[in-house]
Amino acid sequence: MVEGSFADATLRVFRGDKQGGTPADYRVPLVPGMVVLDALHSIQSHQAPDLAVRWNCKAGKCGSCSAEVNGRPRLTCKTRMDALPLDQPITIFPMKAFPVIKDLVTDVSWNFRVNQKIPPFQPRPGTEWKMDQRDVNRVQEFRKCIECFLCQDVCHVLRDHGKLEQFGGPRFFVRTASLEMHPLDGASRAQVLKNELGIGLCNITKCCTEVCPEDIHITDNAIIPLKERVVDEFYDPLLMLVRKIRSAKKPRPGGEGHGI
Amino acid sequence: MNSNYEVHEHDVLIIGAGGAGLRAAIEALAQGVRVGVVCKSLLGKAHTVMAEGGIAASMANVDTSDDWRAHFRDTMRGGKFLNNWRMAQLHAQEAPERVRELEQWGALFDRTDNGDILQRAFGGHTYKRLCHVGDRTGLEMIRTLQDRGVHLGIDVYMECTITRLLQDGDRIAGAFGYWREQGRFVVFRAKSVIICTGGIGKAWKITSNSWEYTGDGMALAYDAGAELMDMEFVQFHPTGMVWPPGVQGILVTEAVRGEGGVLRNKNGERFMERYDPKKLELSTRDVVARSIYTEVREGRGTEHGGAFLDISHKPADYVKRKLPSMYHQFLELADVDITKGPMEVGPTCHYMMGGIHVDAETAQTSIPGLFAAGEAAVGLHGANRLGGNSLSDLLVFGRRAGLAAADYAKGNALPQIDSSQIEEAAQQMLAPFERPDGDSPYVIHDDLQSVMQSLVGIFRDEPDLRRALSELDALKARAARVRVEGSRLFNPGWHLAWDLRSMLTVAEAVTRSAAARRESRGAHSRIDYPALDDAWGKKHNVVVKKAGTMTLVETPVLEMPDGLKQLLAEDSGTK
Repeated sequence: MVEGSFADATLRVFRGDKQGGTPADYRVPLVPGMVVLDALHSIQSHQAPDLAVRWNCKAGKCGSCSAEVNGRPRLTCKTRMDALPLDQPITIFPMKAFPVIKDLVTDVSWNFRVNQKIPPFQPRPGTEWKMDQRDVNRVQEFRKCIECFLCQDVCHVLRDHGKLEQFGGPRFFVRTASLEMHPLDGASRAQVLKNELGIGLCNITKCCTEVCPEDIHITDNAIIPLKERVVDEFYDPLLMLVRKIRSAKKPRPGGEGHGI
Repeated sequence: MNSNYEVHEHDVLIIGAGGAGLRAAIEALAQGVRVGVVCKSLLGKAHTVMAEGGIAASMANVDTSDDWRAHFRDTMRGGKFLNNWRMAQLHAQEAPERVRELEQWGALFDRTDNGDILQRAFGGHTYKRLCHVGDRTGLEMIRTLQDRGVHLGIDVYMECTITRLLQDGDRIAGAFGYWREQGRFVVFRAKSVIICTGGIGKAWKITSNSWEYTGDGMALAYDAGAELMDMEFVQFHPTGMVWPPGVQGILVTEAVRGEGGVLRNKNGERFMERYDPKKLELSTRDVVARSIYTEVREGRGTEHGGAFLDISHKPADYVKRKLPSMYHQFLELADVDITKGPMEVGPTCHYMMGGIHVDAETAQTSIPGLFAAGEAAVGLHGANRLGGNSLSDLLVFGRRAGLAAADYAKGNALPQIDSSQIEEAAQQMLAPFERPDGDSPYVIHDDLQSVMQSLVGIFRDEPDLRRALSELDALKARAARVRVEGSRLFNPGWHLAWDLRSMLTVAEAVTRSAAARRESRGAHSRIDYPALDDAWGKKHNVVVKKAGTMTLVETPVLEMPDGLKQLLAEDSGTK
C-alpha cells in the first residue's frame, strides 16, 4: 500500500483504433486509494486529452469502465492501484472479445442485439401480485448484473472462437434466468436458449463467474439450471414419449416456485 | 473537416435515456407514434442506474395510514412550499400506480411478509414509503424500463450528444448532435422533443454525479428561449464518501440512515440531536447536510473532514442484505467494513431542484413542441427534494410528458428546418479543432469546479456570489477559445469542450438566482440572510435569454386551492 507517498506508477495503455495500434507508457503520480480509472483520468487531464475511456458512475454500479488490467478483465473503477504490482508497467487494454473503436472503448452493440432476442417478462394470466421474499432472492441475484460485459469478454466461446452468431454469452443466460425463474413469469424460453442463444456451446469452465464484479454465481445458479431446462424440454426421453402420446404442445418444466 | 450529417425522422424525439426518458418513450410509443431516444452513454448507464434508496409512493403496504395526502404534505413541507402544488399533487396521487406498473413489467422489489412490495423509512417522509430493492433500486428501475422500451420498439441512438435544438420559427423542429464514437454529425427531425437530460452536478468538484451531468438539456432549452426556474436550489446530499481522495463525493445512500444508521462527530456526539431533535438522522437532506458541514467547520469533524455514519450496531447479515452495494463500496474502495465500524461521510453535490419551467399536467415548456421531465424540469421539489421522490418523479412526469408530446405530434405536421441553423451548429462544433492556441477543456473544467465548490456551495453570501459571477465571466471567455487536440473519433477532450458551454450557462443561472434570493430556504442557505422571508416564499426566480443576455425575472408562486391548503395545515399524524 502506497500511503500518501509521492511515488509514480507507469500505465501502459493501448492507443489505437480498428486499424490497429500500440501501447503507450504514461507516468502517473499515485494518490492514496487511487483506482485505475483515476489514473486514466489523470492521463486525460494532463497528458493525452483524447484518450478514449468509457465510464459513468465511478462506483461500480453502472458497468461502463471495463478493460483488461494486467491481462485480467476488470472494472477499472474498482481496481485499486495499490493492489497491483507497481514496480512494473500496468498494462491496460480494451476488452478483447469486442471490436476496438478507439483506445479502451470497444463496440459492445452486439450485446444489445442479443438482448432483443430474449422474450420479455410475461406474467401468468390472472396473476396475483404477491411474492415470497425467498423466491425473489434467487432472481434478485441475477438482477444485480450491471452489464459490464466482462463475463462476455472472458468467455472463450466468444473471446477465442468468436461464435457471436450462434451464442448469447453468460450475460444473456443470466438475463434469461432472471426471467425464467421470476416467480410470476409464464413464458418459456427453452427454445430460444437452445436455438438462438446456443446454450449447449457453454462447457461450464466458470471463467465468467470468476470475473463477475457483482459476484453472481453465473455458472452454478444461472447456466446449469437453464441447461437442465433445455435438456428437460428437448432431450428427456420419457417426456418426449409422454408428449407424443398426449401431443401436448408446450409443457412448462418445473412448474413449482422453487425447484427447476 | 467536413460538416456532412445524417438525418433521422421521428414524431417524438426524447433526449436522455434515464428513468424519465425511457418512461416517456414507452408512453409515447403506446400512443402509436414513432419514437427516437438519444443518449450520451450506452443504454442502461444513465444516472438513474445509480439511484439507491428507493421510489417514494404511498402504497401503504407497511404503514397502512399512508395515503397520497400524506405524501403530498411531506413533499410540500420538504420543499418549503415553493413546489408547484399541482405537480406535488399529481405526483403523490399517481406514484403508486407507476410503481405497480413497473412490477407488472418485471421489476422485482423487496417483499413484506405478506408478499407485497416492502417500503422503508426515509428522510422527511412521515411513513415508511420507499419501495426498494436493497440499495440498488435505480438499477432495477432502469433495466425494467429499458427492456420494456426496447421490446416495444423504440429506436435508441446510443452515445450520441445533442448540441442544439432546431426550430421552425418558435416551434421546435428537431435537434442537432454528433455521434460520440465517430464524431459524425446527425440531425433529428421531429414534431416534438422531450428533454430528460438530468442535472448539473459536474460543475462542482465534490459530486455524486457522473460525467454526463453537465446541464445539457437546461442549456439547450435556455438557448432555444425556454425559461429556467428555481435555479438557486441545488441539493447537497449529506452523505458522500470523503476518503480516500479518489472516491470523494461518491454517494452513500440515505437508506443507511433509513435502516437505522447514526451520525456522530469526532467527539462521539450524536449531533443531529442539536439540529433536529425530532427527526434526527431522518431530517430532510438540506438540514442534515448543513448540520454535518457546520460540525466540520466548527472543528468537530473527522480526520478527513466529515462525520461518522454508523450502522454497525445492526446485525452484519442484515447490513449486507439491505445495503449490499454500500458494504462492497466501502470494503473495496476505502478498506472499511461497515458491519464493524463507522463510515466517514460529508456533503456532496447531488441533485438540481431547479430546471426547465413546465406545465404541471403536460410537461410542456413555453416553446411549442418542447417538453421536459425528470431532474431537467422544475416544480415538484420546490426548495428541497425528499429522498425517493426523484425516481417517482421520473415515472409520473416521464409518462405525462410522453403522453402530451405524442398528442402534440399527432396534431402537428413535421416542421421545416432551414439549413443555416445546421451549418452554424456544425461550425460551432468544429471550431475548437482549428484554434492554434487556447486552454485545454480539462483545465477550464477544473477551474469551474473550484469556483462553484468554494463560492456557490452549501452556504452562500453576497461577496462570494459576486466573485463567482466575475470568475464565471472569465471562464466563459476562456471556454470560447478552448482548444481540442486529436481527431473527432471518440475524443473525450472534444466532448468536454462542448459540455463546458452547458455547464457554464447553468452555473451562471444558479449563481445569478442565488444572488437574487436574499433569504435562506431549503437547500439555499445565505449566511447574510439566514432566515426564511415570507415575501420570497411567494415568488420564484426565472432565468431567460433576452437579446442574447441572461436575464432574471420574478414570477409568483401558484396559488393553491383551499382544500389543499387545509390539508397542509393539518397535523401530519406522525406515528
